[in-house]
Amino acid sequence: MSRAIDKLPKGWGGLTSDFGSDQKTFKGMSWGKAMMWIFLLSDTFIFSCFLISYLTGRASTTASWPDTSVVFGLDVFGTSVPLLLIAIMTFVLISSSGTMALAVKYGYERNRKLCAIFLLLTALGGAAFVGMQAFEWTKLILVEGLRPWENPMGAVQFGSFFFMITGFHGTHVTVGVIFLLIMARKTWRGDFDTARRGYFTTMKSNYVAIEIMGLYWHFVDLVWVFIFAFFYLW
Amino acid sequence: MAQYKNKKFKTHKIGIYLWIWGLLFVFSFFSYMVDYLNFEGTLRWTLIVFFMISKAALIMAIFMHLFWERYALVNVLLWPMTLMLLFVWIMVAESEYTLLTRVFYFILGV
Repeated sequence: MSRAIDKLPKGWGGLTSDFGSDQKTFKGMSWGKAMMWIFLLSDTFIFSCFLISYLTGRASTTASWPDTSVVFGLDVFGTSVPLLLIAIMTFVLISSSGTMALAVKYGYERNRKLCAIFLLLTALGGAAFVGMQAFEWTKLILVEGLRPWENPMGAVQFGSFFFMITGFHGTHVTVGVIFLLIMARKTWRGDFDTARRGYFTTMKSNYVAIEIMGLYWHFVDLVWVFIFAFFYLW
Repeated sequence: MAQYKNKKFKTHKIGIYLWIWGLLFVFSFFSYMVDYLNFEGTLRWTLIVFFMISKAALIMAIFMHLFWERYALVNVLLWPMTLMLLFVWIMVAESEYTLLTRVFYFILGV
């Protein structure tokens, strides 16, 4: 099977010829996928601004920054394990990224059932992540007395950056879980095999939607990699 | 689309995804160990950034299929992201100056 895209120049030559070509730049790509990438790029800027403002706040304060490995530690049978909750959350989110990658693979192989099952597993991982985050927030607000404007453990800025950054990320995860559930239902019902028209968009369903969903979900995991490194470990 | 109904696309073998999944687990475990073993200073920061970039690169290249995309998309995405480093550098300089003035006025009380 030879596709038109395979005849186009590749690499750096492809870059110039794609940008110099007629009609569209991103060859062989659905508009939905290209737009998801553009959206993710703009989301990258938002999260970068949050993390950079956190950097500025933390580096310029004269007050002491709370020790995150103690603040986010968990008591296991009487011994305090540093940062345990965050480590578990990280592993859960990475696992859901793994199941999402498999869902995308099975989507392109037109394997309806496995694709839907892996989408559901991904949603389950995401929901578990949000649940643990809710637990973390509850503990910090009710037990430690952390507020966006107040922090009994040290620098005041810690509270506002914590709620802003993890809250914005948690919102992304929550939205992702909702869409994963919708996609799982559509997949299971066979929308992508029968090209059933979407309720809101009235456009024919296509398995490329699973790949676009996957891009969003991997991005959520990607952002967590940076939050984990800069906010929790640094 | 309807004409694609029974057409299967060429996909990657499952092994590559499981490998990357495993590697992400290993890198996450190592970065957690950086905290668990209480590494301090430059060693800590270097290791954190190394594991962070390794994980981000694996997710973007393999899970998000960027490795197989055309250069038009790859370049549109990666250059603006790289430029954020300049922003980081500017704000590091700015916050160092703010800290200096705070120490000067708050603590020395000049």
